[in-house]
Amino acid sequence: MRKLSSRGLRLSFSKVMLWAGLAFLYVPMLILVIYSFNASKLVTVWGGWSAKWYGALLENEQILDAVSTSLKIAFFSASMSLILGTMAAFVMARFRHSWGKMTLSNMISAPLVMPDVIIGLSLLLLFVHMADTIGWPTDRGMTTVWIAHSTFCSAYVAVVVSSRLREMDRSIEEAALDLGATPLQSFFLVTVPVIAPSLIAGWLLAFSLSLDDLVIASFTSGPGATTLPMVVFSSVRLGVSPQINALATLIILAVSTTALLAWYLARRSEKRQKLQMQEA
Amino acid sequence: MKTLALKPTLTPSLTLPNGRLWTIGVPYLWLLLFFALPFLIVLKISLSSMAIAIPPYEALFSFTDEVMEISLNLGNFLLLLDDSLYVSAYLNSLQVAFFSTLGCLLIGYPMAYAMARSTPRQQTILLLLIMLPSWTSFLIRVYAWMGLLSDTGLINNFLLWLGLIDSPLRMMNTNFAVYIGIIYGYLPFMVLPLYANLVKLDPSLLEAASDLGSRSLHTFWTVTLPLSKGGIIAGSMLVFIPTVGEFVIPELLGGPNSLMIGKILWQEFFNNRDWPVASALAIVMLLLLIIPIALFHRYQSRQMEAES
Repeated sequence: MRKLSSRGLRLSFSKVMLWAGLAFLYVPMLILVIYSFNASKLVTVWGGWSAKWYGALLENEQILDAVSTSLKIAFFSASMSLILGTMAAFVMARFRHSWGKMTLSNMISAPLVMPDVIIGLSLLLLFVHMADTIGWPTDRGMTTVWIAHSTFCSAYVAVVVSSRLREMDRSIEEAALDLGATPLQSFFLVTVPVIAPSLIAGWLLAFSLSLDDLVIASFTSGPGATTLPMVVFSSVRLGVSPQINALATLIILAVSTTALLAWYLARRSEKRQKLQMQEA
Repeated sequence: MKTLALKPTLTPSLTLPNGRLWTIGVPYLWLLLFFALPFLIVLKISLSSMAIAIPPYEALFSFTDEVMEISLNLGNFLLLLDDSLYVSAYLNSLQVAFFSTLGCLLIGYPMAYAMARSTPRQQTILLLLIMLPSWTSFLIRVYAWMGLLSDTGLINNFLLWLGLIDSPLRMMNTNFAVYIGIIYGYLPFMVLPLYANLVKLDPSLLEAASDLGSRSLHTFWTVTLPLSKGGIIAGSMLVFIPTVGEFVIPELLGGPNSLMIGKILWQEFFNNRDWPVASALAIVMLLLLIIPIALFHRYQSRQMEAES
């Protein structure tokens, strides 16, 4: 009796915590979304429903400029970090243990936890130093932010892709090689199709991380390139504003859609693979 | 040089030696140049003189006089020790990081536990629900709390309306707001590794314990908790390490008086334009974080070994 009741109690405690925790994560964002439709200029007073702040947003050229800068940087950073991260993941999952593999996996996973201020400061000092010694980069802007973002995002890509590479059935790679495919052919024709969902997920993760980064971009950018988080931050510093609420809602919407898409793709391929396994 | 030295250890099992060299060489050189080398430069700048560094851009261009460099070299670090502002900022950062990690663990563990006990179908949805916030803009999630915690914010208005308080509680610009912000921002990073660990836990072990007469709470303390040590370490490090250097949360929620080292570093760099002191602050922060980072790496590589 006692065993049963205490077990029930513990289970319900963790269930309650789960739902409370999820509410804690979602309610603040939900309130933000609701208040973005507030007609009142006073952010804390409800003045009826209105979408006027969205209209005002579309006329704000500073924000639109920043959105396009951020999207460009995010696109190129995600693509570069996909290349670097996949290569590193391949080394970590397929290469034999060696000193080079060990130092590479240490370097690639360090940005996962390294405080942003340290990454940002160190890269800025590098760029200033490089400009001094080799004359490049002459000024900081989109290129330097791209380098910085590619570096820290490739860590996340490597984690996502390497775990998929480890799970995958290696016999098909070996079969391709036995049948005379070159390693490059085997990689692009056999490995890539199998790990494609994780490549897409890794790219999307890198894209959203780059889009979201404030600290590293603030250090490594110059006057020419202001990213969206930099604009949001400078306005948020002054307090809550209805226009930022509207912008935040759009960002939440965009990110959730992307994440749902990535999740759906990964799930679908997982299911398909399970089916194939069952058939085989 | 370093990549060339690797050549003899690479054996052609899957890829041609040349292809293997490229595969490891490209990311290796990139990380060496854009991740490892910058730390050496930070170290170098942290040892340079403050006086040269006051005009921000010329600071690095006048490194010719070696004597000067050496003579002033530990000045920045001595300043950090001397000025109680920096010392208390470090201590406060460590304290805030420690207690928010503990908070995340106390909230996140039951959540991960409940997730791991759900049906597989529920698990995929719950996993998505936990991951979604961590993909959403960090800045915006911190911003959401600004509207909730301010004197005229929703929480105060609600409590006033209920009649529980007569005047608004001061929550913004306090340490309380910083804790809320950090726990809110980092909770998913605690739950995910804990869940990954707990879901792999063999249920037969728990059954065995209960068959042998162990009460569930006792089973939890003696079987479940010790077996989830890896997840606890990974989650805690994922929260603790970035929190020590956190800038956005103390800046937006902690107000002008909040003392966190990430914020001080930012101010030294952007407001005071004192690059050497900012670099010295970064070096000391790194030294403080070396043990937690090593712990995290050990867990990470063990996890990878287990997977393969």
